[in-house]
Amino acid sequence: MSDKSPGDLSVSRREFVGTAVAGGAATVLPAYGQVTEPSPELVACTLTINGQREDIQVDPRVTLLDLLRERLHLTGTKKGCDHGQCGACTVLVDGKRINSCLTLAVMHEGSKITTIEGLAEGSNLHPMQAAFIEFDGFQCGYCTPGQICSAVALLDELKAGAPSAVTPNVAEVRAIEVTDDEIRERMSGNICRCGAYPNIVAAVRAVQSRSNA
Amino acid sequence: MRQFTYTCPKTIEEALKAHTSEAAFIGGGTNLVDLMKMGVERPARLININRLPLTSIEEHEGGVRVGALVSNSDAAAHAFIRERYPVLSEAILAGASQQLRNMATMGGNLLQRTRCYYFYDPSYKECNKRTPGTGCAAKQGFNRIHAILGASEACIAVHPSDMCVALSALDAVVQVTGPKGDRSIPFREFHRLPGSMPQIDTNLRPGELITYIDIPPITYARRSTYLKVRDRNSYAFALVSVAAILDLDSGGTLRQARIALGGVAHKPWRATKAEGLLAGKKVNERIVREAAEAELANAKAYRHNSFKVELAQRSIVRAVIAAGEKNA
Amino acid sequence: MPELIGKPLDRIDGRLKVTGGAPYAYEHQVPNAVYATLIVSSIAKGRIVSMETRRAERTPSVLLVMTHLNAPKLPQLEGQPKKPPTGRVVQVLQDEVVRYANQPIGLVVAESLEAAIEAAHLVEVKYAAEQPELELESRLSQAAAPQKVGGAQDPSATHRGDMQAGMAEADARIEHVYSTPFEVHNPMEPHATIAVWDAPDHLTLYDATQGVFTDRARVAQLLGLQAENVHVISPYLGGGFGSKGPVWSHVILAAMAAKQVNRPVKLAVTRPQMFGMLGFRSQTRQAMAAGAKRDGTLTALSHDTVCHTSTFDEFVESASLPSRMLYATPNNSTSHKLIRSDIGTPSFMRAPGESVGTYGLEAAMDELAYELKMDPLELRLKNYAETDPEKNLPWSSKSLRECYRMGAERFGWSKRSPEPRSMRRGNALVGWGMATSEYPTRRSPSNASARLNADGTFSVDAGTQDLGTGTYTIMTQIAADSFGVAANRVKFRLGDTLLPQTPVSGGSQTAASTGSAVYLAAQALREKLIQTAISDARSPLSGESAQDVALENGRLFSRKDPSKGETFQALLARGGQPYLEAQASAKPGPEKERYSMYAFGAQFVEVHVDADLGQIKVARMVGCFGAGRILNAKTARSQLMGGMVWGISLALYEEAHTDYRLGRWVNNNLAEYHVPTNADVGQIEVLWVDEKDDHINPLGAKGIGEIGITGAGAAIANAVFHATGKRVRDLPITLDKVIA
Repeated sequence: MSDKSPGDLSVSRREFVGTAVAGGAATVLPAYGQVTEPSPELVACTLTINGQREDIQVDPRVTLLDLLRERLHLTGTKKGCDHGQCGACTVLVDGKRINSCLTLAVMHEGSKITTIEGLAEGSNLHPMQAAFIEFDGFQCGYCTPGQICSAVALLDELKAGAPSAVTPNVAEVRAIEVTDDEIRERMSGNICRCGAYPNIVAAVRAVQSRSNA
Repeated sequence: MRQFTYTCPKTIEEALKAHTSEAAFIGGGTNLVDLMKMGVERPARLININRLPLTSIEEHEGGVRVGALVSNSDAAAHAFIRERYPVLSEAILAGASQQLRNMATMGGNLLQRTRCYYFYDPSYKECNKRTPGTGCAAKQGFNRIHAILGASEACIAVHPSDMCVALSALDAVVQVTGPKGDRSIPFREFHRLPGSMPQIDTNLRPGELITYIDIPPITYARRSTYLKVRDRNSYAFALVSVAAILDLDSGGTLRQARIALGGVAHKPWRATKAEGLLAGKKVNERIVREAAEAELANAKAYRHNSFKVELAQRSIVRAVIAAGEKNA
Repeated sequence: MPELIGKPLDRIDGRLKVTGGAPYAYEHQVPNAVYATLIVSSIAKGRIVSMETRRAERTPSVLLVMTHLNAPKLPQLEGQPKKPPTGRVVQVLQDEVVRYANQPIGLVVAESLEAAIEAAHLVEVKYAAEQPELELESRLSQAAAPQKVGGAQDPSATHRGDMQAGMAEADARIEHVYSTPFEVHNPMEPHATIAVWDAPDHLTLYDATQGVFTDRARVAQLLGLQAENVHVISPYLGGGFGSKGPVWSHVILAAMAAKQVNRPVKLAVTRPQMFGMLGFRSQTRQAMAAGAKRDGTLTALSHDTVCHTSTFDEFVESASLPSRMLYATPNNSTSHKLIRSDIGTPSFMRAPGESVGTYGLEAAMDELAYELKMDPLELRLKNYAETDPEKNLPWSSKSLRECYRMGAERFGWSKRSPEPRSMRRGNALVGWGMATSEYPTRRSPSNASARLNADGTFSVDAGTQDLGTGTYTIMTQIAADSFGVAANRVKFRLGDTLLPQTPVSGGSQTAASTGSAVYLAAQALREKLIQTAISDARSPLSGESAQDVALENGRLFSRKDPSKGETFQALLARGGQPYLEAQASAKPGPEKERYSMYAFGAQFVEVHVDADLGQIKVARMVGCFGAGRILNAKTARSQLMGGMVWGISLALYEEAHTDYRLGRWVNNNLAEYHVPTNADVGQIEVLWVDEKDDHINPLGAKGIGEIGITGAGAAIANAVFHATGKRVRDLPITLDKVIA
C-alpha cells in the first residue's frame, strides 16, 4: 500500500521499535512446569490471496481471519466479534462473500481469496471504495472493509438474480428490482455501529446504477 | 480451541473411516467453529467433508434431492426450489446473513445447536444439554427466547433454524450414511424433543453423515408462506416463525394444511393439532385462530417468554391467511 | 480561495479506510510481539478460592499465566487521587475479590493467539460465590444522592419555585415512571492494546483510546512511571462512543504482562468480555411529574432519576439534567440517586444523561400533550425557554424554534391526525412522533501547533483523536483556510502523545476545544508569516501593513496590489529557516459565566407497527439541529445521522439482558445484543440551522457527536404510541411489550 497514514509518525515509531526488538525473547515459562502437551501439528496449505499464491504451514486451528491479520499482515480485514455476528471480517472466497472468522484457513486449500487490500487496481480504487468515500459510507472505518467486500459481492448476486428475504414473490424467477429495501436487507450482515447505513445504501445504489448505465 | 488433527477426505468412504469417537465432520463451519471457539465443542479430530461429491440439486422421484453440502444460499437461489418449494427459499433467506448462508451447508443447518445463552457459554455451570446432570439455568434464568412447547424439566432450549421449519412442513426426508450403512429419516423424526436426554439433539447416530435431503413432490407447495417474527428486521433469530403450505380445493376448502413452527420448541414444531382442525374447513381468520389456539393449548411459558404463546397464535393466523392468498 | 470550513470535503482518511490501510490499535506491526488473552470471572460477587493453572502453563508456546497469585503488586494503585470520569478504579489481579461478572481475573500470554486462548480455557477457577445484587426497583430504599453529576459537575438535585403548588394549580397532570436498560457501547473495534517496554521505565502503548493524554496520565500513575515516559499512539479508532474514554483494566494488564515476558504484548478484549469491564450505560428509573394549564403553560415539572453505580467507584447517569433547562416552568425539581450494585463501573456512553434523560422528559411531555388534547409540538412551543430557566443566563445562541419549524415542515407534521391508531397502511399502524434534542456545549484546554515546511506545505499537529468523527478532516479544513491553501497542502497529525496536548474526545468537545486551538495556531502562524515578510527589507511586501497582506494559493501578497507578493517557499528560503512554526493554546474563557451554552434540535419520526405482531419499523426520521457552525457538511450530516440511528437503537433494540440470580448479562454478543442492522434504518434526513454563535469559542462550533441521539428515543417512543395507542414506558420497545 503506497498510501501513508496521515497520523503516521514514522520516525519516532521506528526508533522505539528498534529498542523493543533489542530486548529479545526472555520467557517466563517453562520455569514452573514443563510443556507436556505436543505442539500443534501444522498443515500445509496453498491459497491465492489477492492474486498472490501463499504456501503456508499452519496450525489447523487458525481461522482464515487470523491467518490474514496475524500471519500475512493483511489487517484490512477486521475482527469485530470473531463469531459471525457482525460482518467486519467479510472477504470474498472464489467470488462469494463469507465471514472469515468462522472458517479455518486450512479449509481453503486452492481457494482464491480477495480482501479489501485486493479490490483496488493499483492506485485506482474499486468503484465501491470510491463510492463509500463519496457518499461518506463510514465514520470510524472499522466495519468498512467488510461492508465494501459485502457490497461488491452483492452486485454480483443481484446480477445473478439471487433473491433476498424482501424480494417479492420468490417463486417467480426473474430479474431483481433493485430497491433501497433490497440493498438494506442484503447489507444487513454487516453491522455499522456508527450508523452510516443510509450512506452505505446510497453508495451501493450509486455503483449499482452506474454499472447498469 | 483444543488442538485437533485435520483431514480432508475425497470420498464418503474415507470420511466415514476417518471418524472416531472424538471426531467431528465440518461442512460450512458456521456453527461448529463458533462452538469450538466457545469451548462447547472440543473435537480431537476434524474431518473436512467439503470435498465430498454432495453438492448437487437434482430432480428426484418427482421431488428434489439436495446434496448435504449445497450451500444455503445456492439452495435458496436455485430456480427449481424457488419455483416448486418457495417456502424453503423464503425460510433460508430469513435466516442469518448472506455471508453465513454462503458458508452454511444444507446438512449442517440441520445440525445447528441451540442459541440458549446457558448452553453456548461453558462458564455457566448449569446446562443439561452441554453437561448432562448439571441442571437447566434457563428455567430460573433469563428465558425470553426459550421454548413454550415440548420442553422438559431437563431443558427448555429451542432449535434455531429457519430452514428446518420449512423442511418440516415439506415432510422432507433426510438421507444418511454411516458405518452400518444408509438409512432414511423422515424429517419429523430427525430432531428430538429434549426429554431426559437434551444432550442429544437429533436421531443421527454417532459417525453417521447426512448425504441428501429429499423433498417429496407437493403439487400445491407454491401456496405457502414463511413468516418470521424477530426482534429486528434482519440478522436475528426467530422469536416465532411459521411455515404454512395449503392444499385448497377449487371451492376454497382446505384439503390439507401443513404448518410448522420455529422458535417455540427443541425441534421444528409440526402443528398437527391445528392441521387436523383445519382439514376440510374454509380458511378464515376465526377458524385459523381456533386451530392456533388448540395447537398452543398445552403451551407452557416461563418468566420471560409468555408473550410467545399469543405471538405464535397470531403468527399462525397471519401465515395461513397469507398462504391462502397465493396461487398454487 | 473559497473557504473550506463548512464544505462537504471527503474524509481525509477516507482512502486509507476504504483500502484497509489505516492501522487500528491491534494492527500496528510490532516485531517480536506475543499474544495475551484475558480470563474473566464467571460470577458477579465473591472470592476466588483457587486457580488451577498447570495445564495452561504446560500448553505449548505459553509464556505466562498471570493471576492474582503471581501478578506483580502495584502499591501505587491505592491512595492516589484519580480523576474521574477518565480515571477509573481498575481490577488488575491485586486480590482474590470478584466484584462483578466478566471482571479480569487472569491473563495468558503465548507465542500464538490460538495457544493463548486454549490455555485460558484450561485454567480452572474455584470461587466462593455470594449472591450478587443488581436490581434497581426492589432496592430503591438504598438509593443515595451523589455530590455532583454530569460533565460540568452540576449539583445532584435542584429545586425552583414550589413543585407541589405548581401541580396543584395545573389543569392537566401526568405522573409516570420511565425506565431504560443496561446498554453496552459495543464499538465495532474491540478494545485493544499493544504494550511495548522500550526501556525498564519507558512504555509505549498502541491503545484504542479516546484520550491519548488522559490515557498517558492514568497509566503512568498506576504503573508508577513518569508521564513523559509513557508514549501513547492512537491514530485510528474503530468507534468509541465513550467506552474508550477511561483507562480500563486491560490496558494496565497488557503493560504488566509485557514487563513480565519482556516482549511486546498484544491484547484485545473479546466481544463477550466487553460486557462489564469497559463501562456501559446504567439502567435508569426516571420518575416524571408534570402539570399544565389548559392552554399548555407548564406549571410544574419534576424529574427524579435513580441509577446504578458499582460497589467500588462512582458514575451517575445524569438523566434529570434536561428537565432543568429545556422548558420555562416556574416550579421545577430534579434529583439523582445512586444504588451500589455488583456490576462494573458504569460510564459515559453517547450523550450520557441526556440520551436517556430526554427520553423520560420528552415522553412525559408527549403524554401531557395528549392529556391536554394539544399538538405535542405546540406544547413545546408554548413553553419555549427564551433564557436558561435554571441558570438565569441568556443562551449563547438558540435556534430551537427554527429547528421545530424546519423539521416539522420537511416532515409534513401539520398533516398529522392527532388520534392514536388513526393512521394505517395494510397490516401496519402508522405513527408520527416528535421530541426535542439538546446537548450542552463545552470545551477544555487544548493545544496545537502549525508549521510551514520548506516545500510550501503545512504540518499541523494536535494530540487529539478521530473516533470516526471527522477530526482529521475538519482540522485540515480549519488550518487550510487560515493559510489560504487547498486541503492537500496541509497534513494534520493526531493520536500521539508526542504531539501538542489535547483533551479526551468525549462530551462533543473535540471540535470546540482542539478545533479552536488549531484555529489559533494556524492564525498565529499566519501572523508570523505576514510579520516575517513585512519586516524583511528583502521581501516584496516589506513595509506593507499586516492587514493589507493576504494569503492565497501558496503565496503572500498585497491586497492593494496582488502582483506584489512572494511564495511561502521564497519567504522561508530567504530567511534560511527550515520551517516556521507557531503554537497556540485555547482554553475556556468567561463565556461559561455569561451564557448558557447548548445545541438544540427537533426530531420527527414515522414508525410502522404491525398491528398483530407488534414488530416496529422506523420508516423515516427528520432531525433538524442548531449546533453552531458546521465545519464539514458531509461529516456533520453523517455524525448527526449516526446519533439518530443510536436513537433508533435506544428506543427499539438495545438491552443487555440481566440474569439477576447470577448477576450476569446473558446476551453478551452481537447476535443477541441487538443494535440496528441496515434493514432497521429507514430514510433519515438531517437538516440544520445556519447558526452563528460568537460567544462559545473562537470557531463558533458547538459539537455534534451526541445531540443526534438526544430526543430521538422519545420521538420514536411517541410515534409508537401514536401508532398503537399503547404507551410503553420501558425501553427498548420490543414487540412483546407492544402486543402485551
